[in-house]
Amino acid sequence: MKRNYIQQAWLVIVLACLFGAALAAVHAGLGPRIAQNRLNDTLSQIPTLVEGAARGEPLEIGGRIVYRAVDGEGAAAGWVVPAGGQGFADRIELLIGLDREAAQITGLYILQQNETPGLGNRVTEPEWRARFAGQSALAPLTVVKGRAGGAGEVEAVTGATVSSQSVVGIVNEAVARFRRERPEGAP
Amino acid sequence: MSERKNDGPTPMERFLGGLIPENPVYRQILGICPSLAVTNTMEGALTMGVAALFVLLCSNILISLIRPLLKPHLRILVFTLTIATFVTIADRVLAAYLYDMSKQLGPYIPLIIVNCVIIARCEICASKQRVFTAAADALGQGLGFTLGLMTIATVREILGFGTWFGKWLGWRVIPATAPAHWSNWVIMILPPGAFLTLGLLLGVFNALTAKKEKAA
Repeated sequence: MKRNYIQQAWLVIVLACLFGAALAAVHAGLGPRIAQNRLNDTLSQIPTLVEGAARGEPLEIGGRIVYRAVDGEGAAAGWVVPAGGQGFADRIELLIGLDREAAQITGLYILQQNETPGLGNRVTEPEWRARFAGQSALAPLTVVKGRAGGAGEVEAVTGATVSSQSVVGIVNEAVARFRRERPEGAP
Repeated sequence: MSERKNDGPTPMERFLGGLIPENPVYRQILGICPSLAVTNTMEGALTMGVAALFVLLCSNILISLIRPLLKPHLRILVFTLTIATFVTIADRVLAAYLYDMSKQLGPYIPLIIVNCVIIARCEICASKQRVFTAAADALGQGLGFTLGLMTIATVREILGFGTWFGKWLGWRVIPATAPAHWSNWVIMILPPGAFLTLGLLLGVFNALTAKKEKAA
């Protein structure tokens, strides 16, 4: 009986192994290039995330890379913190801009997402991301449905509450962790 | 060889059939999701078309090669596994070499896995015919699909942005000096423009076919 199952399914098993190996090879070959593309994307976004920033200098804090945003003369302008987490459909990777004291969020950029087209993927739109700029980084943000009024409130994308909550959750966690772990004293 | 001679339509019939007479978008009404979703620019339409063509060609060739081994009740599983593998490869290649395009198309490249054009060709042609026929079929259907996407995108990009391949080649079709309402139709960039354009082009296609049949 057992042999019968193998006779039925051997092709599927063999193909799955072969395809797995092929994908591993493709990933090994293209992975560094994709990582480089993402790094370039990250670096090119730093001036839009932190006001006055010209470029970013990578720093390792608590085993994670963050970018110290500096202006043309090399003076500190703020921070850019990469973060990621589970969204509605797939992982969401994003960048958070913070001011020098890490007290205020200055910008948000979505590096990668596979949210539902037309609903969840609207978290990438500038109008929605703009709702984060100017928010305090001292207390966690909350998602509200309908019009956001109070401080610390972010209006959810209509029809995409889960995606909105995911982004806000990733931001809250990353900001809190960065505030705990960032170098003491001066930026 | 003789028993293989009549294994269905010839490679040429398969290739030409996919272009117009059995066009996936206009005749089979398959793959409509990407036809609506990524056709507001020519770049998006072309990238999607070529990615789908690549997946279709590789899947058809592989399925045709292993067709004597296929078990009827496991064939759909094998098709899906094959298609998913080539889609993942296409997705990674785009992320490596056309990063902006890959970001713009977002989940639509992974969603080629569920594009029914591909599984339909595996079932109709590749699992039954020789590898050369299967490859010709994939080329015809893939080019037909690309053609379908590009005709819709042509209408939408010209009316929506006034350009054709605006991002890659910067060709302006409607001069920038022309009155703004000649182009810049926001509705054409947004989803309703896709439905309107597809509906109208389908109507034109059907009218032309009917006329041709009447004449014959």
